[in-house]
Amino acid sequence: MSVFSALLARDLKLALRQSADSMTVVAFFAIATVLFPFGIGPEANVLARIAGGVLWVTALLAALLSLDRLFTVDYEDGTLDQLVLSGAPLPMVVLAKVTAHWLTTGVPLIIMSPVLALTLHLPAQGYAPMMLALLLGTPTVSLVGAVGAALVLGTRRGGVLLSLLVLPLYIPVLIFGTASVEAVITGVETNGPLLILAGFAVLALTLCPWATAAALRQAVE
Amino acid sequence: MVRRMDGDFTPRSFSGSGLACRRGGRLVFTGLAFGVAPGGALVLRGPNGSGKTTLLRLMAGLTPSTAGALAWDNVPIDDPEAHAAHLRFITHLDAIKPAFTVTENLGFWMSLWRGRVDDANLARAVAAFDLTRLAAFPARLLSAGQRHRLALARLLVAPAPLWLLDEPGNALDAPSRESLARAIAAHRAQGGMVIVASHEATFVDGGETLDLGVFTPKTAVHWSEESEEAQI
Repeated sequence: MSVFSALLARDLKLALRQSADSMTVVAFFAIATVLFPFGIGPEANVLARIAGGVLWVTALLAALLSLDRLFTVDYEDGTLDQLVLSGAPLPMVVLAKVTAHWLTTGVPLIIMSPVLALTLHLPAQGYAPMMLALLLGTPTVSLVGAVGAALVLGTRRGGVLLSLLVLPLYIPVLIFGTASVEAVITGVETNGPLLILAGFAVLALTLCPWATAAALRQAVE
Repeated sequence: MVRRMDGDFTPRSFSGSGLACRRGGRLVFTGLAFGVAPGGALVLRGPNGSGKTTLLRLMAGLTPSTAGALAWDNVPIDDPEAHAAHLRFITHLDAIKPAFTVTENLGFWMSLWRGRVDDANLARAVAAFDLTRLAAFPARLLSAGQRHRLALARLLVAPAPLWLLDEPGNALDAPSRESLARAIAAHRAQGGMVIVASHEATFVDGGETLDLGVFTPKTAVHWSEESEEAQI
């Protein structure tokens, strides 16, 4: 466990020192979302109808922006070699990195989302399921994204390749994330989509750290 | 996973036999054997591209060998994580975070390897490579030589029996080379082992030499990961 806590503490401290990186992601989320009312027009009922989907799509794109850097910096400066040689199981190292990523990008997105939902006229009863859906969905986004980020290490234009690899895998999260917001607006039970999102998170937690570790081993070979 | 929290380690020998490595379709070396006894040192020599870096990465367990096996006390390694816990590897890349101070950089490695930060030991590692004056400076302000000294100080924050050093003399001035020679001598006096890839290994007294040129298949063109990494 010492490896997990040491690495998590380091990544959080680094993120705090270079807080501009996390801020960029949140700023992108805000700007991309605010573009929609301008593009579609100020009609409250139209915006309310698409609010859930818009928030999820922009949140996914914002998270994608930050995934690019998840392992690249450590790979380029030689830290990754040392982390592979840390003596701890590599999936544990991955889990520490992913936890730090979620805390520095996923959590700020969740906190920011109600403010942006306001600009999209999301009905009052939609706020709770939207934040809950983001809370359950963003860990999956970080975990699945880590696999992609590890696979594209060492390639040129890794960022573009990463989005091609990872975005299709986000479709299930997007569908059920949006569904949980829409369900409450249309007056249907919301538990179903939320439970499925929780299921995705558990599945990603059990599979992704191992897949990421295998990809990282390939990268340092 | 065995990781001792105190200052010493059980002396064991480290060896390899029948090692071969293929990189990018080319056989870099084949039929390579080596052995280091506790307190011993091995200097890897050979022309550029003869596979010194590849061999060190193979010894660390990062690069898989095409044939042959590594062993501790003649017992082949089956758990790469336990093996990794027994070594420190200094590569061409310094693994330094520019946003952290010298002390914070070393403190991270210490907490990673030992589970806690021990200020006295940390100060000793900083002093061993004459970084005390710079301890509170962010690493981004360091010169190339100072960065390399900071990377070398990592060797001293947590004990491990085997040191793998890839061209450790690069970018070091004469006093720093002496610091490195002293650190290596002290490590060997405790039963530690050192394997150095270097063209001028002045910091190792009485070590054995392994000339990698001997193990290069004669038909091959000289090209390897080493030359590829140098371009980055």
